[in-house]
Amino acid sequence: MPKATNTDDPDAPDGVQIDLISGERMDGMATMEKIRMILDGVHDGNIVILEEGLTPDEESRLIEVTMAEISPDEFNGIEIETYPKSDTRDSSLLGRIMGGDESEAKLTVIGPANQIETLHKDETLISALVSRD
Amino acid sequence: MGLFTELKDSISRVTDRLFSEQEPKRIGIYGPPNAGKTTLANRIARDWTGDAIGAESHIPHETRRARRKEDVEIERNGKSVTIDIVDTPGVTTKVDYEEFTDEMEEDDAIRRSREATEGVAEAMHWLREDVDGVIYVLDSAEDPITQVNTMLIGIIESRDLPVLIFANKIDLDESSVKRIEDAFPQHKTVPLSAKEGENMDEVYENIAEYFG
Repeated sequence: MPKATNTDDPDAPDGVQIDLISGERMDGMATMEKIRMILDGVHDGNIVILEEGLTPDEESRLIEVTMAEISPDEFNGIEIETYPKSDTRDSSLLGRIMGGDESEAKLTVIGPANQIETLHKDETLISALVSRD
Repeated sequence: MGLFTELKDSISRVTDRLFSEQEPKRIGIYGPPNAGKTTLANRIARDWTGDAIGAESHIPHETRRARRKEDVEIERNGKSVTIDIVDTPGVTTKVDYEEFTDEMEEDDAIRRSREATEGVAEAMHWLREDVDGVIYVLDSAEDPITQVNTMLIGIIESRDLPVLIFANKIDLDESSVKRIEDAFPQHKTVPLSAKEGENMDEVYENIAEYFG
């Protein structure tokens, strides 16, 4: 992973860095490696887009680690957006076995809470406003 | 999660429930901040034990530690269930102490935000390890399609935990129970006002039937 832009660096480009991370890149990573990669990017002010998102257990741990890293005046946490689960999706154990994990994969956008604001969200559209701090 | 790990975990959860039939089930009250979780927990605890669980407030993150009320026996229509109610801090992905500075001094706001972050982490830990079922409380006057709700319902479903959705605050003019039913059609939604005590009969019928 290339080093992310440091927004405190006066020589840094004037813009917001977006990291689009493929499912393939995430496949070989352990849960904490994924979380570290996401939060390191977010701490640097980047918007992280995951092609295949996280599992529910990984999302739960991401919330936990994010909470541990919140610090007054420095880091307020994250904004995270994925599409809501479709009611037609089979969430039963059998359905998950037959369908595999692929059916749970969903694009996920994560950014610093003070830089990304969700404008609209429904089952097929996420509209967000990204600012440069 | 691998197929065999998932199968093993599911079988283990089913056998755990079978063999612990007599033990009170731990029912976690979850939801976003300010949905009325503690007001509901206090209403249930007062109705069936006479005691309250915790302080209520309009300021978010009043509950910053998970609190358990043990052995609450609820009876309705011949069905009875004994549960431990676990009132949990509201779950969020962000906490900004400046949200509290209108209501308190800066030092207190910073302390409140630190405790709130610890509380959220604690709530997530309970959800992964220590609850047998979930009452998910939503403010029916607010849009239910938020990331926190989507993620938490997903986490609860992935753990195969039984869940009831409570559409709280139906006493407010802006309340829309249908909006919640439409957002989570895969789960039973029960309307109520924990503050005013509206529709508590249906609440208790569902708890006794669903978790009994």
